[in-house]
Amino acid sequence: MSFGALAVASGLDVWQACVLSLVMFTGGSQFAFTGVIAAGGLAAAPAAIASATLLGVRNVAYGIRMAPVIGGSIWRRAAAAQFTIDESTAVSLAQPTPRARTLGFWVTGIGIYVGWNISTLLGALLGDLLGDPRAYGLDAAAAAAFLALLWPRLRQRQAIVVGVAAAVVATALTPVLMPGLPVLIAAVVAVVVGVFNWFAPPSPAAGFAEPDDVPEREGLP
Amino acid sequence: MTLWNAVLLASIICVALKAVGYLIPPKVLEAPRPARVADLLTVALLAALVAVQALGVGQAIVIDARLPALAVAAGLLLARAPFLVVVAAAAATAALLRLWGWAA
Repeated sequence: MSFGALAVASGLDVWQACVLSLVMFTGGSQFAFTGVIAAGGLAAAPAAIASATLLGVRNVAYGIRMAPVIGGSIWRRAAAAQFTIDESTAVSLAQPTPRARTLGFWVTGIGIYVGWNISTLLGALLGDLLGDPRAYGLDAAAAAAFLALLWPRLRQRQAIVVGVAAAVVATALTPVLMPGLPVLIAAVVAVVVGVFNWFAPPSPAAGFAEPDDVPEREGLP
Repeated sequence: MTLWNAVLLASIICVALKAVGYLIPPKVLEAPRPARVADLLTVALLAALVAVQALGVGQAIVIDARLPALAVAAGLLLARAPFLVVVAAAAATAALLRLWGWAA
């Protein structure tokens, strides 16, 4: 319900909220898009699109990992692409056999797709009835949603340093730049630290994106 | 640009990103740098969004009921509470603090 209610509170209508869940279908990007629109309105639309895009980049890495698991024809892969999210990738790669990996991907991906879209519609309809979103704490709920998405990724020192630095940069730039831009500039922190591998983990292999790095929360793309 | 344009454009880009992964040879992921940057990019964006969503009102930095609500969320995440519980508890905290007039 949380995404639908938040989207409507941000100024999207019920159908726009539903299209984001039906087509975009990747939770972090959806919350980022609506969060930037909530802060800056339509003027911030380019920044909202850029934020959603950058948060969607991790799905490229998931697709690369899932391609050998899915295999088969181009149509099978095209269908699989839409269900490629944190959850389905994590569940699939955690399975011991190839068959279980394929099954885990489809069941998780399609199951969450259906549940996520039903709850988005209900949340959006409910959000439409609520009125002032602040009275219900929906602005705080958005911050908590981002924190919950971030939490499972803060296992290594490098990630923690990047997270803290990005939060400081975004806060410091908020008064001087239009809404949406501080978040994008904070992303530069990740690129710089990642390229030069500062604050690297002690073992060389620990810096890779392991499958267990992705969030393991149920019901969330 | 209308809001509908923005919704559709962002959605199409995100779907395209998912599809692109299936067209790239798996060897690319063996290079540690792109994988590391992609991972840290997600962390930086989410952390920046937490900060802006918890402290920003347009271009102003405002400390209000969102901050204690975020602290409650962090406590629940430490206790491994599920996503919906965390989000609902944060909303309830902010709503109650405002109802009682303890925070703006």
